Amino acid sequence: MAVFINKDTKVIVQGITGETALFHTKQMLDYGTQIVAGVTPGKGGLEIEGVPVFNTVAEAVAATGATVSVIYVPAPFAADAILEAVDAELDLTICITEHIPVLDMVKVKRYMEGKKTRLIGPNCPGVITADECKIGIMPGYIHTKGHVGVVSRSGTLTYEAVHQLTQEGIGQTTAVGIGGDPVNGTNFIDVLEAFNNDPETYAVVMIGEIGGTAEEEAAEWIKANMTKPVVGFIGGQTAPPGKRMGHAGAIISGGKGTAAEKIKAMNAAGIEVAPTPSVIGETLIKVIKEKGLYEKCKTH
Amino acid sequence: MNIHEYQGKEILRKYGVAVPSGKVAFSPDEAVKVAKELGSNVTVVKAQIHAGGRGKAGGVKIAKNLDEVRTYAKEILGKTLVTHQTGPEGKVVKRLYIEEGSDIQKEYYLSLVLDRATSRVTVMGSEEGGMDIEEVAEAHPEKIFKEIVDPVVGLTSFQARRLAFNMNIPANLVGKAVKLMLGLYQAFIDKDASIVEINPLVVTGQGEVLALDAKFNFDSNALYRHKDIVELRDFDEEDPKEIEASKYDLSYISLDGNIGCMVNGAGLAMATMDTISYYGGSPANFLDVGGGATAEKVTEAFKIILSDPHVKGIFVNIFGGIMKCDIIAEGVVTAAKEIGLEVPLVVRLEGTNVDLGKEILNASGLNIVAADSMADGAQKIVELVG
Repeated sequence: MAVFINKDTKVIVQGITGETALFHTKQMLDYGTQIVAGVTPGKGGLEIEGVPVFNTVAEAVAATGATVSVIYVPAPFAADAILEAVDAELDLTICITEHIPVLDMVKVKRYMEGKKTRLIGPNCPGVITADECKIGIMPGYIHTKGHVGVVSRSGTLTYEAVHQLTQEGIGQTTAVGIGGDPVNGTNFIDVLEAFNNDPETYAVVMIGEIGGTAEEEAAEWIKANMTKPVVGFIGGQTAPPGKRMGHAGAIISGGKGTAAEKIKAMNAAGIEVAPTPSVIGETLIKVIKEKGLYEKCKTH
Repeated sequence: MNIHEYQGKEILRKYGVAVPSGKVAFSPDEAVKVAKELGSNVTVVKAQIHAGGRGKAGGVKIAKNLDEVRTYAKEILGKTLVTHQTGPEGKVVKRLYIEEGSDIQKEYYLSLVLDRATSRVTVMGSEEGGMDIEEVAEAHPEKIFKEIVDPVVGLTSFQARRLAFNMNIPANLVGKAVKLMLGLYQAFIDKDASIVEINPLVVTGQGEVLALDAKFNFDSNALYRHKDIVELRDFDEEDPKEIEASKYDLSYISLDGNIGCMVNGAGLAMATMDTISYYGGSPANFLDVGGGATAEKVTEAFKIILSDPHVKGIFVNIFGGIMKCDIIAEGVVTAAKEIGLEVPLVVRLEGTNVDLGKEILNASGLNIVAADSMADGAQKIVELVG
């Protein structure tokens, strides 16, 4: 099981002829991901790493039956690439691209209303279902198949958490990076709901950061709906207000979006929050032991 | 990116938003010249810095004649203003805005921001003008009104009208307020702003609706398509280290501690600061070298960290995914040799090519303390800095 993607997922790489995309296409193929097509306008007919390239997403879908795309298109053109994926009625499009103008994303979100496609990202590391399918830029080797779901706004912090879990003998179902932008396609609640419905996932790690109120909303949702234990971490506890901390969405503005508020909301919802990122793994183990899930989660 | 009030008002004029007449001045002579041209009975001398709270800090003065304009201009130019937004070190005033005085009947608040919860642009208005909107939200949340804009049709007249009525703008002036709001929205969209704040918006004795202040913030991701806005950037308002970092596409923010940090990934960089603080230390900066950093970029990052005289130690924390550990190691070694490393350096490497990276560090002959984890590294650097 796992969520969003698995070994049968057929993937299109949008912008496949770019340098970054080429590098990661190889990495994804090596991991075993079924990359069935690439899209670069004007490069249709080429073949890259054994993958056929098409001029449009619609053509690529018609020729291969792919249902998911990953976008490595440069920021000025990335919003259009998302629209093209939505228009081709893909189930899922994962946008890795960083620095997309936020008003472009406002239009994209409006366009997506009522459409079938789910967007993950932008400005995210992607999604990986351990040992089955890796879509994005995360290092594959740190992941181990198992029963803990991971959802995060930050790429490297996801790696940090996954690495700790693997070292502690706790495998993962799927790790989902929802991205660091203020306007994104999929939020914490969407992913938590998917993990809640996934019989293979027994517990969840949720990694947030300063800015916005997504963590607070997720905490409320967890309190009302989540049947599985969740542990958390919030980055930016020492971040100064009014400064954008690398991610476009990581900013405390008007006194709102602080780590303290988020941690308070999460604690109130019964979520144990790790005091430092180094103990995310330990914190999860403590909680799953309390819930009697440790033996079920221990994979190696 | 922020701009000055006078620059913001120039943009507003082009969009038909009513603002009082005025012009920028860089010297007392210029200030007097501008005031003479304006010919108003009362002239306002306003400090131009990228921070709010100027009035309370003595950066806004009302002059009744040209002599007073000169006196105030001399007083404010070169002065260091400390407001709740500048930090304790304050900001030196290098530019003035000389503006005709307005016969203010009432002050209102108006702003446009991106609402993250709805992923839409939101117009926010209140009849409680002139004070921080956070204070209004605290004391009178019922007096803040919002209109959420559908990007397909943009801000509509009926929404602007509804907001104006909710703000209790006099009925005979609602038409003017609507025109102002629609212009403001168009400016926001056309220029890829992330915040436009008019505080205060005023109604005058002559029955005008005017933007008396203008605070703009622009989406840095969209600046590539706004050369006109990029030209308005005032480097005097930015931290020199942050400017240097931006040249190399490094995400750097100055903080007031003494432990320099170099990390890959924004989330990990924030978490590294948190971990240092958790163990009793104090970070000197936020620095994300990004996923695709070269050895050269790492070297520059290192130089920027060391250019801060407060830095008493450095913690390099890398989880190589895309970023390869050997590249980081090479950059660190090059930089340390080039500029001479006189402070303790703790390095934690994990991920892609980690063994190769550690080899490079070991072979360098530099005095580098290796750490096994983020927590271990943070504790070591805190201890070394003392």
